[in-house]
Amino acid sequence: MTMYDVIIIGAGVAGSSSARELSRYQVRACVLEKDEDVCCGTSKANSAIVHAGYDADEGSLMAKLNVQGNQMMEELSKELDFPFKRCGSLVVCLSQEDLPGLQALHNRGVKNGVKDLQIILDKEKIHQLEPNLTDEVAGVLYAPTAGIVCPFNMNIAMAENACTNGVEFRFNTEVQKIQKIAGGWQLTTSTGTYEARCVVNAAGVYADRFHNMVSDKKIHITPRRGDYCLLDKSAGRHVEHTIFALPNKYGKGVLVTPTVHGNLLVGPTAIDIEDKESTATTREGLDELISKAGMNVKNLPMRQVITSFAGLRAHEDGHEFIIGEVEGAEGFIDCAGIESPGLTSAPAIGKMVAEILREKLDLQPDPDFQGTRKGILNPATLTMEERNALIREKPAYGNIICRCEMVTEGEILDAIHRPLGARSLDGVKRRTRAGMGRCQAGFCSPRTMEILARELGMSMFDITKSGGASRLVVGTNKDQI
Amino acid sequence: MKSYDIVIIGGGPAGLAAAVSARKEGIESILILERDKELGGILNQCIHNGFGLHTFKEELTRPEYAGRFIDQVLELGIEYKLHTMVMDIQADKVVTAMNREEGMFQIQAGAVILAMGCRERSRGALNIPGYRPAGIYSAGTAQRLVNMEGFMPGREVVILGSGDIGLIMARRMTLEGARVKVVAELMPYSGGLKRNIVQCLDDYGIPLKLSHTVVEVKGKERLEGITLAQVDEKNRPIPGTEEEYSCDTLLLSVGLIPENELSGGMGVDMNPVTSGPRVNERMETSIEGVFACGNVLHVHDLVDFVSEEAAAAGRNAARYIRNGKAESKGHVVTLNPVQGVRYTVPCTIDPEKMDDTQIVRFRVGNVYKKCTIGVYFDEELIISRKRPVVAPGEMEEIKLEKAKLLQYPDLKTITIKIEEA
Amino acid sequence: MEKRELICIGCPMGCPLTVELEGGEVISVTGHTCKRGDVYARKEVTNPTRIVTSTVKVLEGKADMVSVKTREDIPKGKIFDCVRALKDVTVKAPVHIGDVIVPDIAGTGVDMVATKQVL
Repeated sequence: MTMYDVIIIGAGVAGSSSARELSRYQVRACVLEKDEDVCCGTSKANSAIVHAGYDADEGSLMAKLNVQGNQMMEELSKELDFPFKRCGSLVVCLSQEDLPGLQALHNRGVKNGVKDLQIILDKEKIHQLEPNLTDEVAGVLYAPTAGIVCPFNMNIAMAENACTNGVEFRFNTEVQKIQKIAGGWQLTTSTGTYEARCVVNAAGVYADRFHNMVSDKKIHITPRRGDYCLLDKSAGRHVEHTIFALPNKYGKGVLVTPTVHGNLLVGPTAIDIEDKESTATTREGLDELISKAGMNVKNLPMRQVITSFAGLRAHEDGHEFIIGEVEGAEGFIDCAGIESPGLTSAPAIGKMVAEILREKLDLQPDPDFQGTRKGILNPATLTMEERNALIREKPAYGNIICRCEMVTEGEILDAIHRPLGARSLDGVKRRTRAGMGRCQAGFCSPRTMEILARELGMSMFDITKSGGASRLVVGTNKDQI
Repeated sequence: MKSYDIVIIGGGPAGLAAAVSARKEGIESILILERDKELGGILNQCIHNGFGLHTFKEELTRPEYAGRFIDQVLELGIEYKLHTMVMDIQADKVVTAMNREEGMFQIQAGAVILAMGCRERSRGALNIPGYRPAGIYSAGTAQRLVNMEGFMPGREVVILGSGDIGLIMARRMTLEGARVKVVAELMPYSGGLKRNIVQCLDDYGIPLKLSHTVVEVKGKERLEGITLAQVDEKNRPIPGTEEEYSCDTLLLSVGLIPENELSGGMGVDMNPVTSGPRVNERMETSIEGVFACGNVLHVHDLVDFVSEEAAAAGRNAARYIRNGKAESKGHVVTLNPVQGVRYTVPCTIDPEKMDDTQIVRFRVGNVYKKCTIGVYFDEELIISRKRPVVAPGEMEEIKLEKAKLLQYPDLKTITIKIEEA
Repeated sequence: MEKRELICIGCPMGCPLTVELEGGEVISVTGHTCKRGDVYARKEVTNPTRIVTSTVKVLEGKADMVSVKTREDIPKGKIFDCVRALKDVTVKAPVHIGDVIVPDIAGTGVDMVATKQVL
């Protein structure tokens, strides 16, 4: 059996960032993922916000990695070619009596090292900045360094780049047991046994389970469900900044933000649950969103909702990132409690984890490390001449499969055939946006299924929405009459 | 840049009928742009019968109906391009399109006929809570899988929404061996045609539950079941009325939305009620020389009326090409749908430019029994038509005579309303 | 005397029909707008029939399936026999509209014909 230097549990954004940073070194590393693809848990269903860094307590690891991650994001988005936009954020305060709270947020941000924070009290100025903010606004905290990112492509890009640099990925591989062996750890999984000198526990909402297998100092992670509504692109310019609510006596409020792809996102709720798989939205949750969303932003076109979804935040009881070697479990590195601002912090989390492993394993830089990656080409960014040259070379780029997002067959083929390529409809969707538009895959599903079956040499009966038992067709006409 | 007198966006029933009619009016230079692999549009996947009585005086299935028009297009030698997606239309009628062979190209059109059809409302638009497993399809997607590709999307089916595609699919799935357990409709009335309730549900003993909706979706990977609940007058689920159904498939037939991304992009004025362009008596949009017809304009029940409307669009586009902008004193009468009438097509009529007879089509917002459709020229009641019942699922029409309109030179508004007895 | 309320399926108007019967004999039909309604009502209360539409597999064609229909309506009770008789039927392209796919389907005396061209 191969003894890996490092096994990372979880191909979410924390695991993938760790894998990518680790791949700078000469290392035998493998990522084990229980789902069929990268970015299937918390990383795929969140606010997609790059936080400025004024939320976390001064001196906390969260605060430090948030600000670092924010600063790293722009360059990383260029190196790995994923969408990122520094759109800025506004925290909205609705009453004079809450203004001290806004000021406290500002002061904390300054201490955390957030640049260019500004409190604006002049209503006219506020509405110049964001015309659709409520007329009730008493003041805002403006953070120009905040931004938005495509969480799928960020996660996928980091994983792809790690893969290109030699990290192995095993999907549909659920870790069941972890045991200490001489010189490392043995992991029993749904697909076999793996051994490694070091293990990185980046298992999201399951990270407590693995931590508690190796340590007597238990941690506890609560899946905190957040429901979201995604609005049509026609509503995408309703606000230009990410709009947060200043927590007040009515509760925490929900955010309203543009997405990098031009939709509008409203959410999340925060509901603590038991079941670590329960990503079902509820009527109460969606109703709460609809009632709260309008508090800070006026005329929100909630009739333009094209889909709703829920994600689970991995909330550790101490509300702090737990990153480091577990006491009494040598070589077992926690990367747990990665809840918001986890996505923002991910680049810095990866660096921190890789640094721990470098020291631990005395890793040497890999001279062949390839730090850049090209994303799936979006033909809409080309001039007509360039586009036609591309279509002449690869006619599939002339064939539109998803009419809402105008995704071509060429992009879907690229998504399937690149490293860690798509295997399911959702895999294609996260990589290309096919099926993510206003008709929600009604038009392109059968077409994408055909392409997947053809390109992967699979039967239509084995094509799934998102792996596992999520088969899309179950038989042929009249086969059971 | 290549140029054509008339470019038609979409080769479905509307586009085909518009093309045939424009050619019969003497326009040689016509191009149909179709994104699918064949002409005929959605008719190709709706294999049921019951069409053509109006247009061809015989009962046809939809593919046969499409076949009649395709034959005419071929006989008349009208040019068309398949597998071609129109990406953009500018207000000056430059059409940008793309396909595998020619790449991206532009065409200067003299007139444009918008005939893109409609799409189905998705689950997201309904905001149904629960998981997002495989097995939830819009009825039309399931129809394509079954009828065009021969694949069964599932075995045990619940249908939400009693739109015609949902009703038709209830029968189709049953005849292909699936078990359709129930059709649930949020409204207290069906959204589909009466005959489809008889021959698609009643014939097979499939229950139709009015004032019911899906309140929960179960199953994380593949659908395992749904919960139905009755709703009150405000469409809110009534606690205690929940009923569970195990099923692996949920089909949604909850409405169709005209597909107007291109129209919106070129700046055509839209009617928020229909989500289609506002048109005048010539089916012309707010942009001169740009016409619209079929489901892109407003959603129809019956393809025969699509053909009729499209023929008018084709005819008027041809006239526009021949004569340029029609001269007129500019006397425009506005149609005013009120009191139960949701919208009209057209929105305005120029009495001088109208044909001898103008059909005005509209839908009502509720079920009205033993009512009268009243048409008023300003304040004066002109037409009063008794109807035993009108319903949102069935399009209504009235006819206006040019001669009559010309008798009212100061006419500003034609009001159409439902008057209950 | 027996009274039955029907909805005509002859066309999308869906006229509400009232049929009066006496000892199984139709005495009168009211509510129809055209002759079809009368014909439909008389048939529906004595020997209901339907046109059946379905699909069969196509080999070597540009499409995988071709749509078919019974050329005329068949007894309602024969609908499932009719689709069962289509279960393993395949046709070779080209298929033209009106081509007989299965003659005398399920012993109804009615042919199943193609409703679409597949080359």
